[in-house]
Amino acid sequence: MIGDFEYFAPKTVDEAIALLSKYKGEAKIIAGGQSMLVVMKRGLLTTEYLIDIKGIAALDYIKYDEGEGLRIGALTIHRAIEKSPIIQKHFRVLSEMEQNLATIQTRNWGTIGGNLCHGDPAGDPAPVLIALNAKLKLAGSGGERIIEVEEFSKDYLEVALEPDEMLTEIQVPTPLSHTGIACEKLMVMKGDMGVVGAAVSITLSPKDGVCKDARIVLSNCASVPLRARGAEKKLIGKVLNDSLLVEAGEVASTEASPPVDVHGSAEYRQEMVKVFVRRAATKALERAKAA
Amino acid sequence: MKGELKELKLTVNGKPCELKVKANTLLVELLRNELKLTGTKVGCLDSACGACTVNIDGKAVRSCSVLALQANGRKVTTIEGVADGDKLHPIQEAMVEYGAIECGFCTPGMVMSAKALLEENPSPTREEVREAIQGNLCADEGYVKYIEAIEIAAEKMRGGQ
Ligand SMILES: Cc1cc2nc3c(=O)[nH]c(=O)nc-3n(C[C@H](O)[C@H](O)[C@H](O)COP(=O)(O)OP(=O)(O)OC[C@H]3O[C@@H](n4cnc5c(N)ncnc54)[C@H](O)[C@@H]3O)c2cc1C
Repeated sequence: MIGDFEYFAPKTVDEAIALLSKYKGEAKIIAGGQSMLVVMKRGLLTTEYLIDIKGIAALDYIKYDEGEGLRIGALTIHRAIEKSPIIQKHFRVLSEMEQNLATIQTRNWGTIGGNLCHGDPAGDPAPVLIALNAKLKLAGSGGERIIEVEEFSKDYLEVALEPDEMLTEIQVPTPLSHTGIACEKLMVMKGDMGVVGAAVSITLSPKDGVCKDARIVLSNCASVPLRARGAEKKLIGKVLNDSLLVEAGEVASTEASPPVDVHGSAEYRQEMVKVFVRRAATKALERAKAA
Repeated sequence: MKGELKELKLTVNGKPCELKVKANTLLVELLRNELKLTGTKVGCLDSACGACTVNIDGKAVRSCSVLALQANGRKVTTIEGVADGDKLHPIQEAMVEYGAIECGFCTPGMVMSAKALLEENPSPTREEVREAIQGNLCADEGYVKYIEAIEIAAEKMRGGQ
């Protein structure tokens, strides 16, 4: 049913990279397979060589240090992020995002790294990580490099990985003080892929309450996670109130070019962008004020 | 080599198994076709319905969405491993007693999701019970009775009777 392949289960990152270099272009990585196996079962993807990295235990970790921020190994399962006390305390938005990502069964096996590398513009983690200004560590035969999450998605299901590279770590800096971050997505049922979604980060100046920085990122509104920069501009430099958040939603909606499918027309989704940007921004603003 | 049989060692329902499988075998295919453990059901084979839910190292996972080889070295529990001989597990007992089972097709998956929940969290809230079986589709819409049965089982398992 799934096309046949030669199978490898490397135990270390070096072994995995050696295999990727050896079979350049003809090999595919599988982590939890929660996205991969769906496309393979439909015959949309075949590979000569399958490199199963799920067993690389060294890439399964969550570490936090106030200065360095949060480090998540690429093979950390969604459920571990959702349930991590460190994340719930310092990066609550990541845990909240995970609570609405698929179902427990999928979160128990699928990995954060696999989600990002799948490159689905409807995925939930990337927009939140972009709002958090996160970076990714990639390892390849030439060594390691760091790339902004924002630069990672290139097109629908395409990411900036070279054939001999893999994702090893997600790096999330500690947010500036007086920052609030929240995400909201429109779901047909809880845990469904978002019809549209928004992640918003707002940083206030402690002396006058002016918005110093805003990051607004949309899911399922373009071929990649979309920064709504026009909407951000509406907020930066102002003392925020609800009508400004409404305006930001309206601008974001004009920046979006959402897909059309059974869950909604482009027009409907654009309307929903207004609603979900405003909701996420309202929550982010409350949190920034409380921070 | 493609098509080559690969060695797989895992524990299924407490029994160590050593087998040879083709790399493109799904865990659910291994369980049903090779090990003849047909209690695990296949609904959609597309990671949508949860009928094929088993426990891997105590966690609920969809066996249609895991390669058999990925279970290497792990402990897999299927519905056949839940009862103790003829004695039903409290979750199964409660489901029978309180009429949670309608057509029964989703039941093995429901039991496996409930078992993973109660092992991790013996006193779940109603919301946590709902969330635990959110990924198990019951086409009869029999959710309320499942939720009640899982709560009753939780109470029994905590020694409440
Ligand atoms: C029913 C269902 C509902 C879902 N709902 C949601 C949802 O609401 N929101 C959401 O965001 N996602 C959702 N998903 C998607 C899914 O949960 C994730 O995309 C999945 O967890 C991916 O992780 P994985 O480890 O299974 O990756 P895999 O499927 O193994 O891999 C995905 C891709 O990433 C590559 N890859 C994996 N790891 C690495 C690595 N470390 N380095 C380089 N390349 C790598 C693979 O080659 C492949 O191309 C859903 C999936 C299902 C089945």
